[in-house]
Amino acid sequence: MIDKKHIGRTTAPQTIDVEKGRLKFFAKAIGETDPVYTDEEAAKAAGYSALPAPPTFAFCLEMETNSLWDNIAAMGVPVGKILHGSQTFKYLAPILAGDKITFVTKVSDIYDKKGGKMEFIIEDSTATNQNGTPVAELQRVIVVIN
Amino acid sequence: MALPSYDAINVGDEVIHLEVPPISRTTLALYGGASGDHNPMHIDIDYAKAAGQSDVFAHGMLVMAYLGRGVTSWVPQSALRRFFTQFKAITRVGEKITVTGKVAKKEEADGEKCVSLELAAKNDNGDTKATGEAVVALA
Repeated sequence: MIDKKHIGRTTAPQTIDVEKGRLKFFAKAIGETDPVYTDEEAAKAAGYSALPAPPTFAFCLEMETNSLWDNIAAMGVPVGKILHGSQTFKYLAPILAGDKITFVTKVSDIYDKKGGKMEFIIEDSTATNQNGTPVAELQRVIVVIN
Repeated sequence: MALPSYDAINVGDEVIHLEVPPISRTTLALYGGASGDHNPMHIDIDYAKAAGQSDVFAHGMLVMAYLGRGVTSWVPQSALRRFFTQFKAITRVGEKITVTGKVAKKEEADGEKCVSLELAAKNDNGDTKATGEAVVALA
């Protein structure tokens, strides 16, 4: 069982670059054909100053901070026992190519079900851009199968 | 892309229907690279077999990205306020995912007229891979 002392564990802020080429590659990988996500002129026509990140890309940026792996290592949870249970994004402002996004991730809760056969780790993150504008809040639920 | 009319939308309307080509190994290799999720379970069949799986399988977040494509095929992303997905089952190589979204609720929130969509990603047999919710502001 994961020690509940880890509730409240908070990462130091980490800043991740939003790279234009990576956004185009991500759009290709998910089969996104809307030119807003790959063509700067189309993005500008839609009101963006640079290519926007698609709705789930903030998760990829957050994963670059390594907070998930650091947290489960600190808790003594083997990588092979975890599943991604659910994911939530709250959108506050666009994430754009060229941005530098700073993430802070906090372990909000740890609980178990089925007599400890399944444990749940709730992690909440804030994402803030280089201007200090909050751009997103993320929550991931990690399920540990014991 | 223009916003749909809030007043013309009714609870129960199916407003999103997106069919995605079958998931191939190339799909998974590209998503692994582009997403930064390099977990070999999704791209290396030898690793997957050693871990007791019959084959590599899709990243949950790839399926959520398909749900997101469904949402942004209906409204511009600037209308999206909240997006939730619960992962229900593994999506395997060769499976063809169809994304649907129907209007579950209409409500005013923070001074905006919002529509809550009930999302689902299913394979050709109708097996649910993920469900979710998106809240979009239409006015």
